[in-house]
Amino acid sequence: MFAFSSPIIDYHALAPELVLAAGICTVLLVDLFVPDSRRWITGTLSGFFMLAALLPVVTLAVLGDDVRSALSGEGITGRYVVDNFALVMKALFLLSGYVVVLLSTNEMEEGGYYQGEFYVMLLSSVLGMVMMASSRDLVSIFVALEFLSIPAYMMAAWKKRDRKSNEAGVKYYLLGVFASAVMLYGMSLLFGIAGSTRLSDIGEAITLDGDKIGVQVVGIVFVIVGFAFKVSAVPFHTWAPDTYEGAPTPVTAFLSVASKAAGFVALVVLIFIAFPLAYDVYRPFLWVMAALTMTVGNVVALKQTNIVRMLAYSSVSQGGFILMPLAVAFTNGNQGASLRAVMVYLIIYAATNLGAFAVVIAVSRKTRSGEISSFGGLFQYAPGLTVMMTIFLASLAGIPPLGGWYAKFGAFRAAVDAGGGWGYGIAVIAAVNAVIATAYYITVMREMWMKPVPDGDTTPIKVPASLQAALAICGVATLAFGVLPGLIAEVGSITDLAGAFNP
Amino acid sequence: MIQDKQWLLSVGVFLPLAGVLVMLFIPKKDEASAKGVAIITAALTLVVGVYTLLQFDYDQSEKLQFFTTNNWIKPIKATYTVGLDGISLPLYILSMVITLLVMIYSWDHVPSPGNAKAFFILMLVLQTGMAGTFVAQDLILFFVFFEVVLLPMYFMIGVWGGDNRQYASLKFFLYTMFGSALMLVAFIALFINTGSVSFSIPYLIEHGSSIAKNTAIWIFAGMFIGFAVKVPMFPFHTWLPDAHTQAPTQGSVILAAILLKLGTYGFVRIALPILPQAAVKWAPAIGVLAVVGIIYGSLGCLAQTDMKRLIAFSSVAHMGFVMLGISTLTPLGINAALFGMVAHGLITGMLFFVAGSVKERYHTLEIKRLSGMLLQMPRMGWILGFCAMASLGLPGLAGFWGEFPAILASWSPSSVLVANGHETLFRVLTIIAALGTVLAAGYLLWLYQRTAFGEPTAEFATAGHDSHGHDSHGSDSHGSDDHGSEDHHSDIHDVSTFEWIAWTPLLVAIVVFGVVPSLMFKIMDPAVQQLTSVFGGK
Repeated sequence: MFAFSSPIIDYHALAPELVLAAGICTVLLVDLFVPDSRRWITGTLSGFFMLAALLPVVTLAVLGDDVRSALSGEGITGRYVVDNFALVMKALFLLSGYVVVLLSTNEMEEGGYYQGEFYVMLLSSVLGMVMMASSRDLVSIFVALEFLSIPAYMMAAWKKRDRKSNEAGVKYYLLGVFASAVMLYGMSLLFGIAGSTRLSDIGEAITLDGDKIGVQVVGIVFVIVGFAFKVSAVPFHTWAPDTYEGAPTPVTAFLSVASKAAGFVALVVLIFIAFPLAYDVYRPFLWVMAALTMTVGNVVALKQTNIVRMLAYSSVSQGGFILMPLAVAFTNGNQGASLRAVMVYLIIYAATNLGAFAVVIAVSRKTRSGEISSFGGLFQYAPGLTVMMTIFLASLAGIPPLGGWYAKFGAFRAAVDAGGGWGYGIAVIAAVNAVIATAYYITVMREMWMKPVPDGDTTPIKVPASLQAALAICGVATLAFGVLPGLIAEVGSITDLAGAFNP
Repeated sequence: MIQDKQWLLSVGVFLPLAGVLVMLFIPKKDEASAKGVAIITAALTLVVGVYTLLQFDYDQSEKLQFFTTNNWIKPIKATYTVGLDGISLPLYILSMVITLLVMIYSWDHVPSPGNAKAFFILMLVLQTGMAGTFVAQDLILFFVFFEVVLLPMYFMIGVWGGDNRQYASLKFFLYTMFGSALMLVAFIALFINTGSVSFSIPYLIEHGSSIAKNTAIWIFAGMFIGFAVKVPMFPFHTWLPDAHTQAPTQGSVILAAILLKLGTYGFVRIALPILPQAAVKWAPAIGVLAVVGIIYGSLGCLAQTDMKRLIAFSSVAHMGFVMLGISTLTPLGINAALFGMVAHGLITGMLFFVAGSVKERYHTLEIKRLSGMLLQMPRMGWILGFCAMASLGLPGLAGFWGEFPAILASWSPSSVLVANGHETLFRVLTIIAALGTVLAAGYLLWLYQRTAFGEPTAEFATAGHDSHGHDSHGSDSHGSDDHGSEDHHSDIHDVSTFEWIAWTPLLVAIVVFGVVPSLMFKIMDPAVQQLTSVFGGK
């Protein structure tokens, strides 16, 4: 039945992955042969490879084929595809990866960490994410997920002699592996029902009728739970704050943006291709999860005194807003709006959150503290950073004309589009949460603008060039997406993962 | 819609941002250049505004003029649509005038902790937000401009405000945020219930009646809360006294003169014309809350011991008259409301200016410690008296034309309301509102009598030698006695040059609009007539 015939490989479609793979090998080799004092080269090289991998993404987008199957052949076509959704997400992962490289450069060099290995891990993790964007098959999804997670476990524990960092890594690892196990079990059930690991086949088989409803439901729920861990949705979020706080800050930025986005990509692909007919199962499940995620994340964030923990819980709560359109997808024909909402949210959230972390890194270089109170009086000695942080926080809070408002708008619209109790219910919960969230973002603004400097030390902060570049990228993106959201109009034309339905 | 000079409004709205860009390159220490650039920008903006006034076709003021529409956010069908008609023109110009005057006043009145550059930048950003809100003809654009105002005002109160500034600014922020979240949901619901075609206000006015009545009532409720928080209407007003009292003078003036109007303007521009049936249902409730606001605000004024807080509460009362006018759904009532918005902007703005200057001189606004202002600063005392008279609605000054016609209109509300059996209710409201004017006379005259008449209190009687500096930020002036040396300038001096420059236009406008109210009524009336035609006119 599965006679093997070797697939026809579309090298252009696979080019981003190949460039990254080449990057991993190059950085590994270069690291062996450069003296310690010049290890920074590995960081520069990694950034270069991220951008280089972006090139084929651009050319593929310019070619504008609706969908290409990177591997094709009997029984293989449609398992690893390049469609517009995949391209947009790949670009997001690569750019986020590049910004994380910029954030890490000084941190890694000055902190005395292993540099070469770090960047290899980072590149590997990004490669996993890029693969995730194209995967339309349970096996490739799982491989991509492990590929992006395992380096991340190690990166979280990169501060070798710091107990908190070790705790971060171990917690993340244990819960991550547990989630993988649950998910794998769910996947095996899905395979049992559909007789195929290709998502489009599963989509036809999961219809919630016949005599195997129970197995179908368990399979769906287990798979979703697995990814709920990845996107730190409540109640599967408990690892996130500890991991975020303990990990080196650039890694935290990476986890809270890119790794979370990868989880959402997998959820989107599963819901849109594998479970479109099973909304009776995933809708109540995701609905409750979305409501809990935004509310719990928010309420706990309110009482944080550590800026990284605060941003960690804020990112949990933002995850709830991204879950909202997914929860009500395929209601009233709003799947197009839902898909767009998720993508737009991920893009804007990435720019904004990375920017916020960039400021945190810049400020803590001077204050050596992660407490919110260490931001006191920042306006007096670092007005530029203060304005940037204000922009990022206001964007996270969803205040126009900064990017975040459009992201929230899209999510609201998808929910209201769905209509009915499900749609309006979650929209109201989200509206209340949007207001609660402003309270803790405002706390930080108040600290920066209105409080005195805690230790009276008002020497200006020197922001290294790489951090400046990261701040500029994120700041421009946050502003531009807010004033002219049409810039992500290309995303707007994507209405469905159409290609994947008809391999 | 008249589509000539399509660039004009965009220039008027975004010119201040160009000034901000220039100011970013001025070093923080060079305060004079920063102030200069900001004032020149505001002046140029006003020139654009005056040019707009000259180009405006007054014979067709019911139509949107300088109308332009461009793609903005295609995927959600939001457009960049701006236009100006007789309803928005006076407010649009008012925002430009007030910003310029506030900036001139700020030349030598930058509040503690200084940093003129940031302060002026915030005012320019505010100006863009305010002007933009008044010309936006697309709900999403309106929402964005409406929100742009939020952060600069938050910082203005929170950084440059009084002792309790952090609490006040947070309260201001959260209240407004809550209102606008509901407003946004209401806007999206409007969009979807009219077939997801367009957010353009003219389009929605045309198709708003197709929304099922029950849905419309709910959507109106969302908008109502959003706008009512901003107005502010009783019971959403509690942020206002705190914000006003704690804000720096400039913040109070802008808040009173323009920001509050964003709410009432929203009712007239968006809520009433798009959802007329829901407006009819809600009008009695609005009327009742408005009158409660009048009485509550007035009684609140009588209980205040702080001059600035008193003026803040009087805003609640005055905005009550504006909302009462709107709730009648008659041309007379809405004309009065629009006039009242501008008049309140001029008069209360002026009162806050005076309060700020009094505070700067006496370092206190506690009424019982102020006395004999007419003896110590005769001109300032007379200006305060003049503004108090204008505020209580003395005929011949601008305040009268906002209050009196509103009360008159509520005696005979729109025929739709009469048909729904609300005539008696509105007549009761008329009587209570009329009592409110008596209370207004009471608290304003009492304020004036206590602060301006009599002899200066002992602690300030020897003023002239006893203190100096503009940096005292607390409300406590007792400590200033130790600066007793002769060569220090007195804090208590009469109106200064910059104050005269900033105030004269407002004082003149109060008289001119008081004597010739038709200057404004004739611009607004055609637009109002068109708006109220759905309510069966009078």
